[in-house]
Amino acid sequence: MVQESTRKSETGDEGGYAQEFLTFTLGPEEYAIDILKVQEIRGYEQPTTIANVPDFIKGVINLRGIIVPIVDLRIKFGVGKAEYTPFTVVIILSISGRVVGIVVDGVSDVTSLRSEQIRPAPEFAASVDTRYIKGLGTLDERMLIVVDIERLMLSAEMALMDEAAATAA
Amino acid sequence: MAIDMSQFYQVFFEETAEHLATMENLLLTLDVGNPDSEQLNAIFRAAHSIKGSSGTFGFTDLAEVTHILENLLDRIRKGETTLREDMIDAFLDAGDVLKNLLAAHQGDGEADRAAAEAICQRLHALTEGGGAAATSPAAVPPAPTFAAPIPATSEAGFDLRYIIDGDTAQAAAANDNLLAELAEQGEVRVVARPETADQPWQVQVVGASDIEVLRELLEFVARNDSIRITPLGQAETGAGGSPDGAYGFFDEAVVPDVAADDAYGFFDTLPPVPEEKVEDDAFGFFEPLPVVQEAPAQPTASEENDAYGFFAPLPDKLAEPARSEPDRSEAAPAASAPAAAVRDKPAGQESRRAAAPAAKPGSDTTIRVGVDKVDQLINLVGELVITQAMLAQSAAHVDPVEFERLHNGLIQLERNTRDLQEAVMSIRMMPMSVVFSRFPRVVRDISQKLGKQVELKLSGESTELDKGLIERITDPLTHLVRNSLDHGIEPPEVRAAKGKQPVGTITLSAYHQSGNIVIEVGDDGAGLPREKILAKAKERGLNVHDQMSDQEVFQLIFEAGFSTADQITDVSGRGVGMDVVKKNITAMGGRVDIDSMAGVGTRMTVRLPLTLAILDGMSVAVGKETYIIPLGYVIESLQADRSMMKSVSGVEKLIQVRDDYLPVVTLHEIFGVPDAVRSYENGIMIILETDGIKAALFVDAMVGQHQVVIKSLESNYRKVPGIAGATIMGDGRVALILDVSMLVGMARHALPAAA
Repeated sequence: MVQESTRKSETGDEGGYAQEFLTFTLGPEEYAIDILKVQEIRGYEQPTTIANVPDFIKGVINLRGIIVPIVDLRIKFGVGKAEYTPFTVVIILSISGRVVGIVVDGVSDVTSLRSEQIRPAPEFAASVDTRYIKGLGTLDERMLIVVDIERLMLSAEMALMDEAAATAA
Repeated sequence: MAIDMSQFYQVFFEETAEHLATMENLLLTLDVGNPDSEQLNAIFRAAHSIKGSSGTFGFTDLAEVTHILENLLDRIRKGETTLREDMIDAFLDAGDVLKNLLAAHQGDGEADRAAAEAICQRLHALTEGGGAAATSPAAVPPAPTFAAPIPATSEAGFDLRYIIDGDTAQAAAANDNLLAELAEQGEVRVVARPETADQPWQVQVVGASDIEVLRELLEFVARNDSIRITPLGQAETGAGGSPDGAYGFFDEAVVPDVAADDAYGFFDTLPPVPEEKVEDDAFGFFEPLPVVQEAPAQPTASEENDAYGFFAPLPDKLAEPARSEPDRSEAAPAASAPAAAVRDKPAGQESRRAAAPAAKPGSDTTIRVGVDKVDQLINLVGELVITQAMLAQSAAHVDPVEFERLHNGLIQLERNTRDLQEAVMSIRMMPMSVVFSRFPRVVRDISQKLGKQVELKLSGESTELDKGLIERITDPLTHLVRNSLDHGIEPPEVRAAKGKQPVGTITLSAYHQSGNIVIEVGDDGAGLPREKILAKAKERGLNVHDQMSDQEVFQLIFEAGFSTADQITDVSGRGVGMDVVKKNITAMGGRVDIDSMAGVGTRMTVRLPLTLAILDGMSVAVGKETYIIPLGYVIESLQADRSMMKSVSGVEKLIQVRDDYLPVVTLHEIFGVPDAVRSYENGIMIILETDGIKAALFVDAMVGQHQVVIKSLESNYRKVPGIAGATIMGDGRVALILDVSMLVGMARHALPAAA
């Protein structure tokens, strides 16, 4: 999880539109999501489990008075081992007015990627539908999987909202 | 002067709805034979305000209906027409039409133009038929109120300038009407005709005495910001061009301009007026007059318009500013621009004190706040309470002697948080009168329709209830009242034959009882027919027997589709509704009980929790999980022993509790909880009842009983089968609240024969 300091590229320095991403790790893989969707980052605490839900939904926690569902992305993506250590991190996302937490192995950095640094992801079979992958970013020899987190979280397969609400969203 | 009026629409909608409600209440309490002039005036004022503001905001349909309504009211008020019962009906219907129009403007439903047209005709007919003067309705001046007490001065006249609203074709017709109406006021001389629709008309009205009347006539057709009225022979002054003609007079008092009725339009163009100046112009104006002392000393002048009769001997110019001031104070709350508030308020308040001491002072003691803001506040305070509890828990481990100050501080904190929580919760509380106020109307309408004589008695209107509950209790209560009216109260002949008073009584009362609010709907009617209900239940194949208690029998009327009515009326009797009533009340965490005695009456008692946000719950443990069961559903709990468990087709799924066989719902199986108690003897059976069905819920242990704050799972997640919501426990963890109806339903579907 050790990261060299990422070069903070100034917005628009070499042309192209730079966007900030929060990068995190799931097992050996590195992912990036739009930082504007991130509300906060906190340690993992045992959520209250909910019966008869998919295994990647760990339950709900109390986030200052609101009930927030917790999704373990490692289970959802089938990456790494779903272990809960004192270093396990929950990223609280704010998506379309809803608050959702995702469990990841660790948060790496905030990094700027210009649009030309993101290559379209090729079609390939993975446990996560490539529809939710915006592209693959390259940064200092590392490959960042840029996830369209909003689309993923609102998708029916995440089962995070009622059918009616999902179609309305 | 184009300003976006839509930002004020919400205020207008709310205010108009309030005025309509006031009007309806007053109409219902009005004594037809001997109407109280104070009440008539209040009704008139309400109509007048609606007309004024709807005109201002361009809701012409509302303005038209209220205009005619106001005419008739005014005649009654002044004693030109005697009040009759059919007029009250017409007024009430007009109120309904206005509500409908208002709703349509808010985007809720379609405006019923035909109804609006019909009510206008009806009011016209009443105005003409009942009125002494044979004025054609169209030409009736909208507010002759003010004109009447003021003798017309022969030389007086006004110079009018205005731009007709709407497109050219409409404008021409509208202007013709306007000129005809103006002709009623005095001799009309057209000074300048506009070439295009954007240019103003200039008209002189010679002999007109009342600027207010002229202004109102103009407001109906002309663009509000375009109206200029100046006394004849006086150059047009007034930088901003106040649409409120009254302020033309301030010009004489060397005041540049003052906020007028249409406070919204011209603040942007007005030069800033120093604050003191406003007070000056309101009062400096009176100073040189000998009557100034008398104005406040007129306590009976509670009605704003009547007050001005007082000014009648004065030249009408003096009366004008005073008359218009209440208007201004009405406009003040609507004007949200800070400039408006600063400038408007002192004058508005002063004028109210001087001219209309009884005017409603409520406008500046309340603020409108969005419910979501209040809810957020409640949420945050709830958090604070939890944090405080956590702090107290941690501090319990430290030495109380060494950390005395810390302990004292924490005790203080606890007290303050509790007070704060109570205060915040009380924001959401509303008095029951909000709900009760609609019933006089309901009772009146239905009893008329059914040919019954009914008196409605209300008590406990000040009992407070959570706003959310208030909104949801209205429909069930209405249904109960309708039911009492239709099935309970007998027709007068029948009552007389039974030796009862021909006038039946329906009692609505609300009071607090041990953390609940109790609402009773009582009638002194025929009572529920036990035998008939039983017979009907048997006919429908329900599981009943003759030994059932009255309570149980009466609960049968809450079964879906159950009706003992011999004939279906349009009020009730279809058997739809009582089940919905019960369902709605249960959904609110409440319950309904029925007491009835044949020939004496029926009493329906609705018990509700004080707030939707808090629930009395019993916490139970299953494995490592804690669940909350709403206490209202819990009947008893017991420890099962071997002999009580009965099996069907080899599976132990029934428990014998005294004479009943109840299906067992095993919570750890439904929720797949690991490490739970498996054998029935080692756990606890909690007997639950919902919708008249009982079931036993098997859990590991009972933990305790507490009040829990209900949190929605759906706001961030989704509906989960078997779970009604979530709450946060004292240690900050989330506990799930069970959906008892669903769980019992699961048991029932699994074992249809047993249930």
